Amino acid sequence: MKLAFMLALFQGWLLQIPGDWLSQIFSAIFIIMLIISMLYGQRIQLHIWLKEIEGSLYKLKYIRDEGRKIAIEAIKEAGKPQADPTPRVDRFLEYFTISPQSLDPFGVVWKLEHILDVRDTRFKDEVRLLAPSADETQINNLENTLEAAMALNYIYKVIRHYFLLGKKTLSLYVIMQIQMILPLVMREAEAYASALKAFAYGQPIGDGVGALVAAKLMHGYPLRKVPKDCVVATVPIEGRTAYVIKAEGPGGNVGKPGDAIKTIIEENEGKIATIIMIDAALKLEGEEVGEVAEGIGAAIGGPGVDQFKIEETILKYRIPINAVIIKEDIGDAVSPMRREIFEAADKAIERIKQLILEKTKEGDKVIICGVGNTIGIGQ
Amino acid sequence: MSGVSSETSPPAKVSPFALIAIIITLVVVVMLLFNAVYFYAEKNFEIAMALLIIGFFGLAACIYMFAEMRRRLLRLRIELPPITTTIECRKCGFKTVRGFQRGDYIFKEVDVCQKCNEKMLITAIYREVREKGKKSFPF
Repeated sequence: MKLAFMLALFQGWLLQIPGDWLSQIFSAIFIIMLIISMLYGQRIQLHIWLKEIEGSLYKLKYIRDEGRKIAIEAIKEAGKPQADPTPRVDRFLEYFTISPQSLDPFGVVWKLEHILDVRDTRFKDEVRLLAPSADETQINNLENTLEAAMALNYIYKVIRHYFLLGKKTLSLYVIMQIQMILPLVMREAEAYASALKAFAYGQPIGDGVGALVAAKLMHGYPLRKVPKDCVVATVPIEGRTAYVIKAEGPGGNVGKPGDAIKTIIEENEGKIATIIMIDAALKLEGEEVGEVAEGIGAAIGGPGVDQFKIEETILKYRIPINAVIIKEDIGDAVSPMRREIFEAADKAIERIKQLILEKTKEGDKVIICGVGNTIGIGQ
Repeated sequence: MSGVSSETSPPAKVSPFALIAIIITLVVVVMLLFNAVYFYAEKNFEIAMALLIIGFFGLAACIYMFAEMRRRLLRLRIELPPITTTIECRKCGFKTVRGFQRGDYIFKEVDVCQKCNEKMLITAIYREVREKGKKSFPF
């Protein structure tokens, strides 16, 4: 009854629209669509966003699964385990680290360092159990591969969480937030996906450009190990004595440059003219990949423990510190090294030599520290 | 040693249901357009026009769905560019370039030089990226 009345009303209204029957139909469609968009526009937009997130979630799931597969294959190939490593890898992907309590910030750096050391030891032990036949270089590479797989697993789970939460609550703000950051998240996930193969095969990555600079400077000179997981070579540069430090390669390793720099400074009783740190840094959009820039401060990323140690030591002995950075984006940092970044290493060496000439005198001692993951880079 | 120069992950699957739906729509659209021509020849312009408009809308929708499907397939692929290893003789400067092989690392001593019988050294490992359609911005 009600429907018949509505139809009659609609027919009457339709007949009032001027023009022939075709234009009447099109006008009616246009008006109906306008009303729908007014009443349900936001809901339709929500469903479009959810569909977009769902599409990206499919891709994230695919990347996550590929990552897991690559990690398992790499373990089987390098470690030759007797049992199937899949259940153990699945358990490894769910590992988490709880950061220390910082309500009282005094001493939090040392607590954080301890937690990170425990995490590192635990990861290495786990990889040794997973891949009993792997050598030290392969263990480091496998650890990096598993960490990249872990990162992908985490990204997938977080996006899935917000997608399902948004679907359940139909909250505009939950869905909008995730839809807005999705392009950046996808970029990061794609970068980790290409990092996985690089780690599994032991290819140098963009983040290792600092280590590459140090390797180029120290190659051919006698080396010695310094704590932790670092090597140092004494290299004569422009009449000065340079202590060149890098993480020990070619396995995936970042070492502890903070401890290494502290050791060298203390060995020389603080008589160091300057410290030069070289690292990869994130570029802004519009900047060229492989651009070299110069500045002041401890150029080192990570959780901040090494930066803290370096700053403490240089403050104690009042040593000036310089930084040379090579610019790249997040994707370049964790994927196989680009040609532009590789070539930037030579430009960085030129800058270092110029800095040494400008800031030190002949006979001075300097520390040059190449920071970054040294995977695929020997010394 | 296995070469790992360039790889792409296996292509993602297309939903057969979606493909059948697009093909059926396409067939209906073609029939509508043929009918439009028929009615036009019969001098029934109003119906011919209506069929033509609906037909073109349908055709546009089909093309959009095909393009969207293709875009999704491309998005689901992880492309890995080829990695190059440069081997150099430090004595005579003889240089060879080949694809990356497992176990390669920078400053690794490899084969003997063909010219001077000295051990050669891996001096570079990198990937080449071809920038797609780089626009020139004034800033």
